[in-house]
Amino acid sequence: MSTTGHEPQRRRDTAALIIAAGLVAVGGVMLWDSSRLADLGGYSGVGPASVPRVVGLALMGLAAWTAIEAWRGDFPQRPAQNSAPVLWIVAGLAAQLMLLHVMGFSIATGVLFAFTARAFGKRNLAMTIPIGIVFAFVVWAVFSQLLMLHLPAGPLEHLVFPRG
Amino acid sequence: MSAFDFLLQGLGTAADPMMLLYALIGVTLGTAVGVLPGIGPALTVALLLPVTYRLDPAGSLIMFAGIYYGGMYGGSTTSILLNTPGESASIITALEGNKMARKGRGGPALATAAIGSFIAGLIATLLLAFLAPWIVKVALVFGPREYFALMVLAFVTVSAAFGDSALRGLTSLFLGLALACVGIDQLTGQARLSFGVPELLDGIEVTTMAVAMFAVGEALFIAGQHGQQEDEVTAVKGSVWMNRSDWARSWRPWLRGTVIGFPIGAMPAGGAEIGTFLSYAAEKKLTRHPEEFGEGAIEGVAGPEAANNASAAGTLVPLLTLGLPTSATAAIMLAGFQQFGLQPGPLLFATNPTLVWGLIASLLIANAMLLVLNLPLIGLWVKLLAVPKPWLYAGILLFATLGTIGANPSSFELGMLLGFGVLGYVMRLFGYPIAPIVVGLILGPMAEQQLRRALSISQGDWTTLLQSPIAAALLGIAALALIVPLILRARGKGEMLSQLAGEED
Repeated sequence: MSTTGHEPQRRRDTAALIIAAGLVAVGGVMLWDSSRLADLGGYSGVGPASVPRVVGLALMGLAAWTAIEAWRGDFPQRPAQNSAPVLWIVAGLAAQLMLLHVMGFSIATGVLFAFTARAFGKRNLAMTIPIGIVFAFVVWAVFSQLLMLHLPAGPLEHLVFPRG
Repeated sequence: MSAFDFLLQGLGTAADPMMLLYALIGVTLGTAVGVLPGIGPALTVALLLPVTYRLDPAGSLIMFAGIYYGGMYGGSTTSILLNTPGESASIITALEGNKMARKGRGGPALATAAIGSFIAGLIATLLLAFLAPWIVKVALVFGPREYFALMVLAFVTVSAAFGDSALRGLTSLFLGLALACVGIDQLTGQARLSFGVPELLDGIEVTTMAVAMFAVGEALFIAGQHGQQEDEVTAVKGSVWMNRSDWARSWRPWLRGTVIGFPIGAMPAGGAEIGTFLSYAAEKKLTRHPEEFGEGAIEGVAGPEAANNASAAGTLVPLLTLGLPTSATAAIMLAGFQQFGLQPGPLLFATNPTLVWGLIASLLIANAMLLVLNLPLIGLWVKLLAVPKPWLYAGILLFATLGTIGANPSSFELGMLLGFGVLGYVMRLFGYPIAPIVVGLILGPMAEQQLRRALSISQGDWTTLLQSPIAAALLGIAALALIVPLILRARGKGEMLSQLAGEED
C-alpha cells in the first residue's frame, strides 16, 4: 500500500518506524498478559508466564533494533506497489467473510473469485461474478457432497441439494 | 530386521493400489504447483491439510511427500522456459537453463533436470532409508534438553544464519513464537493471550496461518506489482532427448549435486535452495567448459537440479527421525502428521513402522512416476504456464479459503486468514522472510514444553542444558550460527549470505 521508493537516499524510514512501534505494542501486550498469569513454576521454576515474558522482551529488543535501522535508512528498497489491486483482494476476502453464512459458500466465494480476478486485470464484474459463482458451486458440490467437508450452504446450495 | 527388510516391507505397503493412487495424485499436484509460479509445495500441502483429515493417514502423508518431490521437479520447467523460478529452489536453474532454452536447447535442459532429479531422488531416498534407523538409535538417548537444544539450533538457522538481515529473520521468528503462546498452556491449563475469545483457546491454527502467509500474502504482493512486467514462455524446440555429450557432461554434476544437496537438506539449515547455490558454484569451478557458464552450460542445470531434489529427501531425515522440520514444507508436513495424531520421531519407527516405511518406499515409487510425468508429458505442463494470471490467482484464493472454511467454517477463522494475509503481505513488502514465522509457530510450543520438562527434571537448574555434551554442542553451534553471520555482515560480506536466503520451500 505504500508507494515509497522515489528518493534513493532516504534518511528516515517512517514505515519501518511504524513497524518498530507495532513490535513494541505486541511485546507490551505479551508482557501485560503474562503478568496476570499465576506463575506456577513448580519444580522447574519456569511457569506458563516465563516464555511469553521472554518473547515479549525479545520483541521489545527487536523493536529497538528496527528503530535504529529505520532511523539510519538501512531497510532495503521496497518494490513500488499499486494499492488498488491489493485493496480489491482484501475487499473480496472481507466480502466472502460477511456473505459466507448468509448467502452460502458459492455466492460468497464467487464474489471473492471475481474481485481477485479484477485485481489481476479482468475488470468486467458482470461476467466474472457469475463465472466465480458457478465455479465455486462446482467446488462446493465436489467437496461437500463427495469429500464430506462441511461447507456452509446457502439459498443456491439448498436449491440444488435440498438436503444440503 | 535390517533397513533393507523394512524397505521391502514398505514397498509392499506402498504398492497397494490405493497408495499408488495417492502417490500419483501427490506427484501430479506437486508438479503442477511446482510449474506454476507463485505457489509452492508448502502452500499446497497446507491447502490440502483440511481436505485430507478424513482420509487415510498413510495415504495422505504419501500424497504430501509426493507433492514435495513433485514441486522440486516442476520448478525446473518454469525456470527453464519462463526464466521465473516456479519455486525458490529453482532460482539457480533459471541462470543456465533459460539461456539453453533461448538457444533452442530447452529440450536437453529439461531432460537433464528431470533425469538428474530422478537420480538424486533415488540415491537420496535410499540414503534416507539406510540412515534413518541409525539416527533413530541415536535419537532414542535424546532427552528433553537435547530436543530443546536441537530446536534452538533450528530456530537460529532458519531465521538468522542466512538471508540478508538477522534483524528481520529474528523478528519474523519471534512473531511466530509470540503467536505460538496463544491458547491454553500445555502444562498448567491457563489461558494465555486469548483475551477472553473462545476461538483463541485452541491456539492459532497452523494451517490457517500458513495458507494466509503463503497464498493470501503472495497473491496480495503479486497483485500489487501487477502490470509491471509480462513473462514470456520460451517454446521447446527440437528433441527433448540429450545427445552423447550432454550425458557425458551431466552425470558427474548429478552425483555431485546429490552429495551436496542431501546433507544440506538433512541439517537444520532451512531450505533446498542453499544446496543449489553450492552445487552451481562447484560445477562452475570444475567444468571443462568455463566459457559456457552464463551462456547456457548444461552442468549448471544438472547439478543444482540434482541438489534440490536430494535436499528435499534430506529434509525428511530430521523430520521423520527427530520430528524436526528444517524447511517450511517440512513444517507443514509435521502439522499433517499431528493432524492424524502421529508424532514423527524415533518412537514412530517403533510404534508405526508400516506407515513410516510405507512412506519412505512410496517415495521411490513417486520418484519413478515423476520421471514419466516430466519427460514424455512435458508438453502438458508447459500448457499450464499459459493459464492467465487473473484466473490462476482467483482459483488459488478460492482453494485457500476453501481449506480454511472446510477445517472450521467460522467467520473468526476467515478473519484470521485475512489478518495474517495482510501481515504476510507487509512482511514480503519489507523484506521479512516468511519461513521463520511459520517454523516459530509450529516448533514454539514443542520447544517450550521440552525446556520446561528439562528444567523440571533438573529442579530448575539451568546449567543442566550445558551438562549434556550433545545439548551443549548443539547450543554452541546455534550460538555460532547466530554470531558468525552478524560479524560477516558487519564486515560487508553479507552479499553471499543474502544469496543463500532461505525462502519458502
